[in-house]
Amino acid sequence: MKINRRIFMGNSVIAASTLAAPTVFADGHAKPRVVVIGGGAGGATAARYIAKDSKGKIDVTLVEPSRMYYTCFFSNLYLGGVKSIDDLGHSYGKIAAGGVNVVHDWAVGVDRDSKTVSLASGSSVPYDKLILSPGIDFIDGAVEGWNLSSQNAMPHAYKGGSQTELLKAQIASMPQGGTYAMVAPPNPYRCPPGPYERVSMVAHYLKSNNPTAKIIVADPKPKFSKQGLFQEGWAKHYDGMIEWISSDFGGGNVSVDPNEMTVSIDGETVKVDVCNVIPAMKAGRIAELAGVTEGNFAPVNASDMSTKANADIYVLGDASQQGDMPKSGFSANSQAKVCANAVRGSLTGSKVFPAKFSNTCWSLVHENDGIKVGATYKATAEKIAKVDGFISATNESAELRKATYEESEGWYAGITADMFG
Amino acid sequence: MYCKLVLLLLVTLFHGSAYAESAYSISSGAKLFKKCQNCHQIGEGAKNRVGPQLNNIFGRTAGGLPGVKYSKSMVQAGEEGLVWNNETLNSFIENPKKLIVKTRMSFSGLRKEDDRKNLLLYLSEFSKDATKVKDLENFTKNKNQNVDPTILSIVGDPEYGEYLASECMTCHQSSGLDDGIPGINAWQTEDFVIAMHAYKKKQRPHPVMQMMAGRLTNEEIAALAAYFKDLN
Ligand SMILES: Cc1cc2nc3c(=O)[nH]c(=O)nc-3n(C[C@H](O)[C@H](O)[C@H](O)COP(=O)(O)OP(=O)(O)OC[C@H]3O[C@@H](n4cnc5c(N)ncnc54)[C@H](O)[C@@H]3O)c2cc1C
Repeated sequence: MKINRRIFMGNSVIAASTLAAPTVFADGHAKPRVVVIGGGAGGATAARYIAKDSKGKIDVTLVEPSRMYYTCFFSNLYLGGVKSIDDLGHSYGKIAAGGVNVVHDWAVGVDRDSKTVSLASGSSVPYDKLILSPGIDFIDGAVEGWNLSSQNAMPHAYKGGSQTELLKAQIASMPQGGTYAMVAPPNPYRCPPGPYERVSMVAHYLKSNNPTAKIIVADPKPKFSKQGLFQEGWAKHYDGMIEWISSDFGGGNVSVDPNEMTVSIDGETVKVDVCNVIPAMKAGRIAELAGVTEGNFAPVNASDMSTKANADIYVLGDASQQGDMPKSGFSANSQAKVCANAVRGSLTGSKVFPAKFSNTCWSLVHENDGIKVGATYKATAEKIAKVDGFISATNESAELRKATYEESEGWYAGITADMFG
Repeated sequence: MYCKLVLLLLVTLFHGSAYAESAYSISSGAKLFKKCQNCHQIGEGAKNRVGPQLNNIFGRTAGGLPGVKYSKSMVQAGEEGLVWNNETLNSFIENPKKLIVKTRMSFSGLRKEDDRKNLLLYLSEFSKDATKVKDLENFTKNKNQNVDPTILSIVGDPEYGEYLASECMTCHQSSGLDDGIPGINAWQTEDFVIAMHAYKKKQRPHPVMQMMAGRLTNEEIAALAAYFKDLN
């Protein structure tokens, strides 16, 4: 049967009609210019896709200070001794080879009138479209007694690389029978199951290296992602090792003293050996400097990730406020592709297809004991809205859990290849 | 016409008489079963060998018989709800590795629908589960796992497919490499469409794929198939 392809195209392509006349670039430069700030899950993906799909029709510059990106995803597995730090590092060489101009520098300002980004080195880069995917920063004063200068004594390990290595070293040098404390973050934060996967992996490490050690979690929330699955695993693999203090039991009433290495939870002060403080989060600072945030994050339009504040500035990933998607690497990568398609369309007149988003988060509870949760999403006028989802069940067989873990390894290989080429 | 055939089968099966008049026969199935005998036993005293014994295979959960060395993917398929019936056995026997990518069953499959029907008829003789026969009507219609020929004939738009495929690439590598999640490059269009519709209808197990396929339209599946066909 001949499918009515015309009708199909007509319906689904938001198309080019409104964009049919390609933008005229003010200062008469030949090619449209896209600048991407932040080479993580959102930014690396967006830069790579725009360069790849525009086949040289768009100049793409990626601004990222680090020469190696250490993923936060799987960093808990490194803490648990399941992965090495080298497994987590990725360079930008293939992105550059794919035609992206990779600039290793910090973006320190955005001038929306002259459409330029200023860099720490002093130079500035002009853009027609600007994509921000700077990840998160921490909210000052979110945990009493903690600020950024305490991050060596009390690491967050919630940005990849050196912080993760520091936390691992501290856990390794805990005395026998010592205490690891975590101050968990309030919503919304990056990777909802992240703190609890971390607790699992720290327990996994301690169980074989320091079996009498204790883990205390002070949580400002009454419940958390995949809670039933995590708690089932904790009882099964690490019985008696983990104490989770929810907000119902004062877990949100916390202060720390990085000099004394103490944590006070609901008025009770404990001396600890490691204190992993994960403070409340906000969009990476550059989003605020670009003037596109409202409160802690940057509100965006679900159809293309453009900001509500400025049609030529887009925000991806953790820094965006988009609706129902969790702040995850998978989500940032998914949003990046929708955004790349829209940006390319508006600059070159290429077809713009309807936005579709998805996410799946795998977590490891114990060696070979993997669980997952996922959902699909669509763009509505108000937000990115959930369509459908699933979650692992309690009481699954060891075989299935192992298969789920192996699948997560496949996902890691897949998403890092998708980000970095 | 189908109804008549099913009725005929019902009658003949329930009365245990031979039904040489019917297009399908247990005796042809018995002959085909010789291909399976190196690994599978069936009938009185059947034991597990390289593969599981096949008495009461209808209604059995995939990978569910104790004492059998199954592939992980077969066990997982069972955990995710794959139960053997006419429809699922039909697609498995047609091309085992298409339904269960990493199955240990090293059999390339019976491509002729009539062969599969004969074999299933033979197998069903050794299964108590009476519902098996009711499925026969569907089974006859269910050529290509229920995918309507008009759906199979949709010509996909590869450009739209490329965009949609970017969503697949978060897990399935564009290089086709398999590091725990299989590569999906260069699939034949029809195979691709059939597989995606099987996920969409939750006939093929896997929660992520059921969710991803579940919200794709027929045209979108065709578009993806058109794109992946030429991806190497
Ligand atoms: C412990 C942990 C476990 C996790 N596990 C998973 C998981 O299993 N699955 C999953 O999907 N997600 C996981 N995540 C979440 C995931 O890491 C983030 O959601 C994801 O990285 C967000 O992508 P992004 O692009 O918004 O930010 P990032 O990936 O953080 O990238 C931001 C980049 O921007 C750069 N940058 C910041 N400011 C500037 C500036 N001014 N100029 C230039 N560059 C700048 C930074 O250097 C950084 O490279 C986990 C997170 C943590 C902490």
